[in-house]
Amino acid sequence: MNQRQRADHELGTVVPADGGMPTQREPAEVVAELDDLAVWFPTPTGVVRAVDGVSLRVRRGETLGLVGESGSGKSTTGLALLRLVEPTSGSVRVAGQDVTRWSRRRLRAFRRRVAMVFQDPQASLDPRLTIGASIAEPLIVHRLTDGGAARRRRVDELLGMVGLRSDLADRHPHELSGGQRQRVGIARALAGEPDLIVLDEPIASLDLSVQAQIMNLLRRLQRELRLTYLFIAHDLAAVEHMSDRMAVMYLGRIVESGTPAQIWRDPAHPYTAALLSAVPVADPQVERGRRRIILGGDVPSPVDPPGGCRFRTRCPQARPACAETDPVLTEVDPNHRAACLFAREAVRAMRW
Amino acid sequence: MKPVLAVEDLTVTIGTRRGPAHAVAGVDWAVQPGQTLALVGESGSGKSMSVLAATGLAPRTARVTGRVHLLDAELTGVTEERRRRLRGRHVGFVFQDPMTSLNPVLAVGRQVTEAAEEHLGLTRRAARSRAVELLDMVGIPSAGQRVDAYPHQFSGGMRQRVVIAMALACEPDLLIADEPTTALDVTTQAQIVDLIGDLQRRLGTAVVWITHDLGVVAGIADTVAVMYAGRILEQGPVDAVFGAPSHPYTGALLAARPDPTADGADLVTIAGAPPSPLELPAGCAFWPRCPVRGDARCAHELPPLVPVSAGHQVRTFYPQPSDGERR
Repeated sequence: MNQRQRADHELGTVVPADGGMPTQREPAEVVAELDDLAVWFPTPTGVVRAVDGVSLRVRRGETLGLVGESGSGKSTTGLALLRLVEPTSGSVRVAGQDVTRWSRRRLRAFRRRVAMVFQDPQASLDPRLTIGASIAEPLIVHRLTDGGAARRRRVDELLGMVGLRSDLADRHPHELSGGQRQRVGIARALAGEPDLIVLDEPIASLDLSVQAQIMNLLRRLQRELRLTYLFIAHDLAAVEHMSDRMAVMYLGRIVESGTPAQIWRDPAHPYTAALLSAVPVADPQVERGRRRIILGGDVPSPVDPPGGCRFRTRCPQARPACAETDPVLTEVDPNHRAACLFAREAVRAMRW
Repeated sequence: MKPVLAVEDLTVTIGTRRGPAHAVAGVDWAVQPGQTLALVGESGSGKSMSVLAATGLAPRTARVTGRVHLLDAELTGVTEERRRRLRGRHVGFVFQDPMTSLNPVLAVGRQVTEAAEEHLGLTRRAARSRAVELLDMVGIPSAGQRVDAYPHQFSGGMRQRVVIAMALACEPDLLIADEPTTALDVTTQAQIVDLIGDLQRRLGTAVVWITHDLGVVAGIADTVAVMYAGRILEQGPVDAVFGAPSHPYTGALLAARPDPTADGADLVTIAGAPPSPLELPAGCAFWPRCPVRGDARCAHELPPLVPVSAGHQVRTFYPQPSDGERR
């Protein structure tokens, strides 16, 4: 049994982090939920279907990982949960409220409930503000502290939580390293004590040694504060490491979901299998002995996705039926779903 | 065997308002014909700058010292014009962003053979059929038609293929690949890694591959040099360096990646950040972050690069035993 805490919500059991016996308990509360969400953008060349029918649930205290390549719609999905993009159809529920059609004004208080950490902390911090002022901003906007002294104490506390010295409060972003700036981004996200934090590629622009620091920090904060994360990344190994459950996206859809162990050891969708086989491993002997599934061509345009299965134009195992039927997510194992007419079978055929 | 490109005691110092920045602080490496040398390191380690300086492409504000040999020619101390001719004839370049190498308003076919027209003296007509041949070789579908298309009509992966075709147009002895797959998706990265390896085998080109991705290195390199703060901390055959990392930095880097087969415990981290190139420490540059934390000598004396096994060298007073020896 994996030693990490893996919440298995459908069965209502939680495997404790110490590896002891699972205890029966009520499934954790759903913090955020997307139901058949579509986000389409009109462009001069046609309507881009960035997200095209995505349903997911994030429960309190867990990390849901969202992995996919560029154009898969993973970032737009994250933005939809924050209501930073307008859903075309479907619904967005956060903390028990349907916020799909809320006005900008009504959303203002909601902004505190869902925070975001961006890829590039350089771009998300105001270069003219001190670090302390940047972290204090959400406290002021949402009227979370009384007076300057209390605010200063809270800023110090937040800096401490993310492992930064309090004297950094007087510095400006350019005086900090990339890793320190990302810690500031996390402190800002924590300021409003949000129900959900959307982490969009939070380690992608950092050096390897700093990536590990930030991943450890995020996991420690989650344990201590019982935070809920949507962790969006293109880095499969990072998503595997961070998540309790994960979903693989391709061209605006979730094509497979399950626990990281299920997806890593036993991918059921041909795209997931190809993605896994493309990830290089830092072991020359493994790399030499490896058989890669090299996908042909490029991801089709989201303006005009293929009919039937969207992956069929690049799938090494595509069959005539794949052009006829648009496959839905179907259970292949408990809590493990894949959207493929030939789930498992196609993957096995690709490997032999 | 005579190396294709060899640098000896290369230093690059860049003048800044806050003083000289020591981007490369004394580096030796060589790449043999048909082989791949991977230069690996985090940002600011000097891996790109050492290659740019070696090929005469360092910024104008940089002061470069040391010796560089390209095949039989000495590249240091020759005129800029001679260096440009040697580079154009013998070295091809592929950079991270294909659009930095491509002209957006020129058909790709013209761009692919532009250099070949000059360096090999091809006629316009010969150049066009050569362009089709090269585009076909790098896997561009229906190259005969695509030769007249413009860069914006290609995807990121296809643009990088065009740049590779351009780099190989003069049949260079050496290909410099500077993070060529970093901006690409992982399935596209697999295609490009595959393509470069395949072309290298067919054409016998030597490759210097600059990357921060240890996984890519494991798949492509014959030899690897791990750089940190402008110096090489460890270099040798890829199996030796990955299988028995001897420098604490190499070991920590390899352990910092999440391992999907492991149990999900906290990752090994390296505390702190690399030193500023404006104030490199007198001793070992990695010492302030080193998990081994040797002694006062580490802080004050620069450890020499010493051999630990055949062709495998390491710059530390405290080489780490391999797993086998530890047991």
